[in-house]
Parts: sequence; C-alpha cells; structure tokens
Amino acid sequence: MTAPTSVTAPAEVSAQLYAKLIARFPESVAAETRPNYSGVIIKKENLVEVAAAIRDEFGYDLLTAVTAVDYLAENKMEVVYHAYKTTGGTGLVFRVQAERVDPIEVPSLVEIWAGADFQEREAYDLFGIKFTSHPDLRRILMWEGFEGYPLRKDWKEAFFEEEAKPFKSRWPEGKHTYAEFKNPFRDNLNFPENFDPNSYQPDNEDDLYASLENHSLKNESGLKTDQIVVNMGPHHPSTHGVLRVAVTLEGETILGLKPVMGYLHRNHDKIGERSTFLQIMPYTDRLDYFNSMSNNLGYAIAVEKLMKIPVAERAEYIRVIMAELTRIQNHLIFVGTLTNDLGAMYTPSLYAFEERELILDIFEAVSGARMMCNYLRFGGVVRDIPEDALSKIKDLVYERLPAKTAEMERLLNDNEVLMGRLKGVHVLDGETAVKYSVTGPVLRAAGVPYDIRRADPYSVYDRFDFDVAVRYNGDMMDNYLIRFDEIWQSLRILEQALQQMPEGPVNSQKLQYQVRVPAGEAYGRIESPKGELGFYIVSNGKPTPYRYHVRPASFVNITALEEMCRGSKIQDFVALLAMLDIVMGELDR
Amino acid sequence: MFGKGILKSLQVTWKRFWDTYIDDLAWWLRGKKRYHSVEGITHRSSKNAKGIFTVQYPEERLILPEETRYLPFLVYNELADGKREILCTSCGICPKVCPPQCIWIVRSNDPQTGKPIPEPTEFYIDMDLCMNCGLCAEYCPFDAIKMDHDFELASYTRNIYELEKLLKPSSYYQSIRPQNFAREEAERKAKEEAKAAKAVKTAVAETPAAAP
Amino acid sequence: MEPESLSLPNYNIPEDLQNVVAVTTIERLYNWGKRSSVWPLMFGLACCAIEMIAAQTARYDLARFGMEVMRPTPRQADMLLVSGTVTKKMLPAIIRLYNQMPEPKYVVAMGACASSGGPFKEGYNVVAGIDKFLPVDVYVPGCPPTPQALIAGLIKLQEKIDKEKFKTSRWYQKGKTDPNYVPMPVLGPDLIDVRRNEEFKRAAARKAGTV
Repeated sequence: MTAPTSVTAPAEVSAQLYAKLIARFPESVAAETRPNYSGVIIKKENLVEVAAAIRDEFGYDLLTAVTAVDYLAENKMEVVYHAYKTTGGTGLVFRVQAERVDPIEVPSLVEIWAGADFQEREAYDLFGIKFTSHPDLRRILMWEGFEGYPLRKDWKEAFFEEEAKPFKSRWPEGKHTYAEFKNPFRDNLNFPENFDPNSYQPDNEDDLYASLENHSLKNESGLKTDQIVVNMGPHHPSTHGVLRVAVTLEGETILGLKPVMGYLHRNHDKIGERSTFLQIMPYTDRLDYFNSMSNNLGYAIAVEKLMKIPVAERAEYIRVIMAELTRIQNHLIFVGTLTNDLGAMYTPSLYAFEERELILDIFEAVSGARMMCNYLRFGGVVRDIPEDALSKIKDLVYERLPAKTAEMERLLNDNEVLMGRLKGVHVLDGETAVKYSVTGPVLRAAGVPYDIRRADPYSVYDRFDFDVAVRYNGDMMDNYLIRFDEIWQSLRILEQALQQMPEGPVNSQKLQYQVRVPAGEAYGRIESPKGELGFYIVSNGKPTPYRYHVRPASFVNITALEEMCRGSKIQDFVALLAMLDIVMGELDR
Repeated sequence: MFGKGILKSLQVTWKRFWDTYIDDLAWWLRGKKRYHSVEGITHRSSKNAKGIFTVQYPEERLILPEETRYLPFLVYNELADGKREILCTSCGICPKVCPPQCIWIVRSNDPQTGKPIPEPTEFYIDMDLCMNCGLCAEYCPFDAIKMDHDFELASYTRNIYELEKLLKPSSYYQSIRPQNFAREEAERKAKEEAKAAKAVKTAVAETPAAAP
Repeated sequence: MEPESLSLPNYNIPEDLQNVVAVTTIERLYNWGKRSSVWPLMFGLACCAIEMIAAQTARYDLARFGMEVMRPTPRQADMLLVSGTVTKKMLPAIIRLYNQMPEPKYVVAMGACASSGGPFKEGYNVVAGIDKFLPVDVYVPGCPPTPQALIAGLIKLQEKIDKEKFKTSRWYQKGKTDPNYVPMPVLGPDLIDVRRNEEFKRAAARKAGTV
C-alpha cells in the first residue's frame, strides 16, 4: 500500500513544473483544465520550439511515449507526449490538439527526439495525423493502400458488432452464429463501395525502397560498386518472429535498413477499446508473450492509478516476485536465442529452456497457465500462492537458479568464439540511445543507469536493496553481460521479497467483474525485462476505456536499429537484432 | 591461453552429459523407478532435476497443478435417480465477462408461467475462440462453469462445443481440483445452513404476525 | 521402430521372428516412413510459436517423434505448423511458403488464432482462421496449447497419415494442374482473396446500392 503522502508529493512537483513551463512560454502553453488530466497543452505552431526547451532547459531528455487520442465529440485530435528525465523522477506530459478535419497536421518532433519516429508513424497509420517535416512518413503497421485509419472512433472493423462488450447477441438468446454471416463480404473484410478487385493495382512498395535510397551512405572509396537490397523476413529464422527488414548492402556492409512491421499487428488497441477494463487483462498477456506477468503488472498499475485504489500488501510482494521471476526467465531465453543467432544452435538455449520450464511450472501452479497467466487483478492478485508453489519458488531462488545462472556463465562468458563475435561490436552509445528513446538493458549497457524500478519506483520496489545493473562500453559483450547482472539483481530482490512478504489478504477490492473507473487519463509504466512498458489509458467513466494504448519497449527500441546497424556487417546484423530482444507480439501489438 | 574458455564450456556440457547416467544409476541403485513413475516425474520437475529432463508424453505425463486451466466445462450433479442437475442457471455472467465473447447461452421461458427456466436451453462455447483466461470460472456465482485439465482435444474439424459436450459430472471436477471442490462445498454448506437458520428465524418472527 | 504400425494386423508372424520380420504393404510402409519423419517448417508467428519451441526442447522433446528437424526452408519441410495469429499482412507470405512446400504436405492449425482467429478474431488485420486459405489437417485448440497438447495434436496427425491411401489422398490425383496450389491473395483496401473476386465485386456494388 503506498502511503498517501508519497502520492501527493510528485503531483506538487509536477504542478510547479507545469507552472514554470507556462511562465516560460505564456503565449503558446496552456494549462490542462480537464479533471483527472495532467500536463499542458501546447499550441501546435510552437510545438517544436517548446519541445526543444523541454529537452534542453528543463532536462527532460527521454521522450518515451507518443500517442494520439481521437476526441470525436469535441471534434479534436490530440497527440500526447510523455517525457522523462534519465536521472529519474516523474514525467512531463504535454499535448497538442488539432481540428479533426483532414488533413490533420501536427509538427513532427523527430528532429528533437529521434525516438518519436516510429511512434509518429504509428499515429499517422492508425489515426491519419500527418506529421509535417517527418522524414519518412509511411504507414507502419498496416500496408499502404489499406482503407481508412482504424483507430479513429468513427471507423468500424468488418466484424463490428457493437461499440462495447458484452455483446447483446450472446445472452439470453445466444444462438451460436459465425461473425462471417453478418458481414456482406462473408469474411473479416470490408471493401469500399463499387470496388472492383479485378482492376486493382497493388502497391509495390516503391516508398519503402525510396526511403532506403535516401538514407544510404555515399560510396567514398571511389570504386564502382553496386548496392543491393536484401529483404530479410518476414519468415526468417533469426528475426525473432515475423519481422521484415529491408537492408541495403554494399558488399557485406550495411548502408541502411528499414524494418517493416505489422505482420503480427493484432489490433490490440482497437480490441481494448471495445473490451471492459477487466477483459483487457488477458489480452495484455499476449503482448510480450514471454513476460505475461510483467504485462499484467503494467496494466494493473495504470488502471489502479486511474481508480486511485490501494493494492493489498501481500499482493504487492507477490507481484514483485512474479515480475522478477519473469525477468530471470526472459534473460535466460535471451542468452539462448542470442547464441542461437550466433550459430551455437541448441545447447545454451536448451539449457535456458530447462530453467524456464521450472519457472513456468510455478506460474502454472499459481495462476493456472504456463504462459498466459492473467494473474493480476485491480487491487491485488487472483489468488494466494499455494503452499507447494511457494516452497518451489524458494527452492528455485535460493538454490537452483543461482547455481544454473553460474553454470550458464561458466558455459559462455569466457568462450573465445562468443567473445570474438561480441566484443568490440558497437551497439549504441548512451547519448544516441537516449535520443532514440531506447530503454531497458540496451540503454543501461550504454552507460545510462536508467531503471524505472529505481528512477520512478512503482509497486514496492523502493523497499528492496538492489543495484541498477549498468555497463559502460555499449558493445555487444556488455549488452550480453548486463543480462546476467540483471538476473543476479533479480535474485537479490526475490530473496528480500520472499523474506519480507507479509501475511494477509491478496486483494484490497471485492471480486467484481465490472470495475468502476472514473473519467480521466493515466500513464502507468514499469521496467519490463525489455525496457519501459507503458499503458496509456483514457477513461470517460464508461465500463470500457475510451482510449487504450500500449507503449511497448520493443517497438520503440527498434527505432534505433538502423542507427545501430549502419556500417556494420550483415553477419552482425542478426546478433544486433538479438541484442534488442524484440518480441513481435509486443512490437506489432 | 586461447581455447581455455572453450574447454571450460566443454566441461560444462560434459558434466551434464554424464549427469544423466549418474542420476539413472543412483535411482537404479536405490531400487526406484526414474521413469514412468510419479516420483520420478516429480523429481524431474524439481530443483534437483539433472540429467534427462524429458517427460515422455504420451507414455508419462506432467503432473498438472490444481489450478491448471485449459478449456471450460459445465458441472452437473449426479442425482440419486440417475438424473442430472445442471448447476448453471443461465444467469449470463460468463458471456458478459468473456473477453473474446465465445460463450453463447439461450435461456428459455416456461410456457406456462412465463418465468425464465434456470437451466440453459442451449449453451455453446466456441473452443477455437476461447483464450483460456478462466474469467468465466472465476466470476461464476454458482460454481457451474470450471476450467478443465484435459488438453488432448486436437481434432480434424473446428471445435464448437454444445451443452451435451460441455457437461461433466461434479465427481470429475472433484477429481481434478480436490482442494477447490472441498472449499466450495464447505462454503455452500455454510451458506445453506445460514439460510436455513435465517428461514427458521423469520418463520418464528412471522408466525405471530401471520396468525391473526 | 513401432512394429504395430508397420506390420499388417492379424498376420501371424512366428514368435522368434517378430522383431526381425514385418509383413506389410507398400502403402503401409510408405505411410510409416512419412509419419516417422514429419519435418516441420521452422516458422513461428506468435505466442504459440514459443510453446512450439518449448515442445522442441528437452522437456517434451519432439525428436521422439522424428519431428525435431526444423527446416528453415519450405522446400525441405513436410508440415506447416501455423503457430499463432494469421494477420492479413502476413497471409501472402504464409501462402507463398505453403505453395513452395513439396508434397505430401500437412498443415496443423495450432491454437485458437490459427484455427479461427481466436481472441483476436474481431480485429481488422486478422484472418479468421488459416483454413479459409489452406487445407488444415489438424486443429489443436488452446490459447496457447501447452507443449503436451501440441504433441497430442501431432500424434493425431500421425494417425491421419497412417490412414492415407494412394487412391484417395489429394496429392496423387490425376487431372487439374495442381490441386494444392493456393493463389496468392492481394493486399488492397482490404485483403483480396483472388478466388472470390466476382463475389466481392457484387457485394461492393450491393453495398453502394443500399447506402
């Protein structure tokens, strides 16, 4: 349970901060007046100027989340930015509003924060907001030529049944029917009126290849060479899922690359806006499917922030234990897949999967499912940890996992082949990583000790004694070793959490399927194993969220991929991609 | 020395290779079965697991914890006369709470009284939509829908389960979740007793008033 | 070797020859060979892919079924394990992979999403089941199916292979050019299944008329 004083203190700090910002730009910055909203509204003509001041004068150097909200009733489109300091503390929320008349135009912030690149493209893709002066504004999740902007409130999917769940056709007269029969095209399809498929010319991705051309380096050697474009994926064994990367090569050197994504775009946001707050919980499991417990945690924190409810004390500890176990298995799998990508097929990943199976056994005993846990509820967790599962956790934390992590280190850390591949291959330096909004182990391996568990503590992380793992070279070896550092720190947290865990109820709320969430907005974020996982929720007091947005770590981290890979060899590309530890479920949502 | 790290790696793999035989031998010397026995499977899923980790499904199976959830089923009580009492009252909470909306219930009215019949007339679960989240079982106020342990459901066609296919006896539920079943039974009994006590009380209180 | 699946039933082999001699038919021998080395395509889509990988690892060990050889190229694979949500954007790639696979080829729809769209069925970028495009041999329900459930499904596939006949299985039919070829869908304003072009045209015209 967080004490009420600690809630008010940051609010005061941010109130002062916003007052300061308004005093600095009295003309162009206005205070936010809607109840339960925070931040300031910036006039869109002055956005770039104010944003530059926010970064340079106010020190908010890390722009984490950029997203849009469609306020249909007010006829406004709003873009919301969340900026943080890498030295820690609460965030700064600023937003711009535009008239909801096409073309909706908002200035782009890519020049100030390069990390805004893909997130702005996403807002363009799903909301149709044109970011003027964006260097490469193309659709990102859907394909070019797709009809409409799906996240606009007046856009309806082909299988649209009702605005919000539960659907009336299910009860009390719920005869089973297929959604296909209700749609004129007899499938999950929607074509414009009088559309003739026979005469349709599909897009041949000229824009993608043109953007590659613009970004490639000049050939300085004077030799006459040809550049080739190689498409890796979407089916490629080492792209960690269905990611496609178009790479321009000169010889074996990467000149430029563009990730093409959306091959696993499962419309998480749109489905979330049709589902009740509780119904979203199992969907969050499927975001980053390695770490469903952390996803649950991030979402629960965001909604609890909005509902302003306390969390049961014991549940807080259970949440921490689950989140840290998740981190350990994620990092073990990272080592496994990395070595897999480097050519060490099977052995390390088989060892890693053994430990993961044991951790998943715990998840299954606690929550009921191995991967899709759906274990957290607003105000606590579903059920207490069963006795035998608790003793199993203790066995693992005190005995098995330290021994096996040490064994994994013995297996790999001094291995000359691995060192030869990893050492000295540059990933990112700290400054660039911050510029590209990279979070998580990649940022910390570049020497920036930014860990949300310490920088902006959530749950009960402020009660534990642990170090923020940080390494300074920013090469692949550091990126690899920092995963082990984090496993050791997680084990430290787990030991303390197991000792301190109090008895008591595991949920502060009554069991109810229709939670009341007051109107307002909230941004909840956690340090997921892959970086910052944020949930931005706008509620209008109804059972379903008005806007539900996930700020996934993988999606924003991959913005830096081109910067990371430019100039390196194509062989290293696979390993560099493994460094980001992307998961497509989270990346494409 | 170059190559020392590789030798170290080989040492680890070499040790793990021999672990299998050592562990097998240890079990054999103790006269116990490492394979095809509950004890052996428990050992292979514990902190002491070393050597062969494989649980050879389908010959042997992992021991599923009680809370394991796969797909939902409906519980019915077997009555003494061979009839069955479906616990579901078609109250409609599960279709309301279901995230992918894969539950369909038809509730009928009694033609004579016009009041709804508690038992569902039709009940469908589209098993190919179900996301195994367990919310239906969690929020069912009558403990009528529960999550199954049976996972061997692969088929050559799509799976839409109707009422008959969903129904399973409460003895089966008891066998897969003994602790939950005992807890729910105790709760139900306590509730019934409280209700009976209350009924007696109100009856006592009401009798004098009703007398004139 | 599992003699019971190879030998003809009810054929009395003397006891001392039972592990040496098998009396069988060509068809049975052929099916036995096919079912014992179904090589899956190394291909994962979403969450289910992780459980598929877990099924490959030490605890479940698909190698016991001759299915551990995951081929990264479709040209060497026998089975397409559709493990996860099939999106419209991904579908052309999946069809292309399927068309490149040599016959006999099998498709297993692993999990709710591949079978029917699953929890994401209502999504605008999701194909409601891979069976709209590819002939699915086995559906494995679950979200995601546990590795054991997946293996149960693969055993089911083996049973199906056991029953195959030269006369009836679809890859040995004479006649039309290629009965297993699936035309590539096109990404237009929405996913265009080129086999249904005329139907779409009519429906789009009807839509214009009613609005």
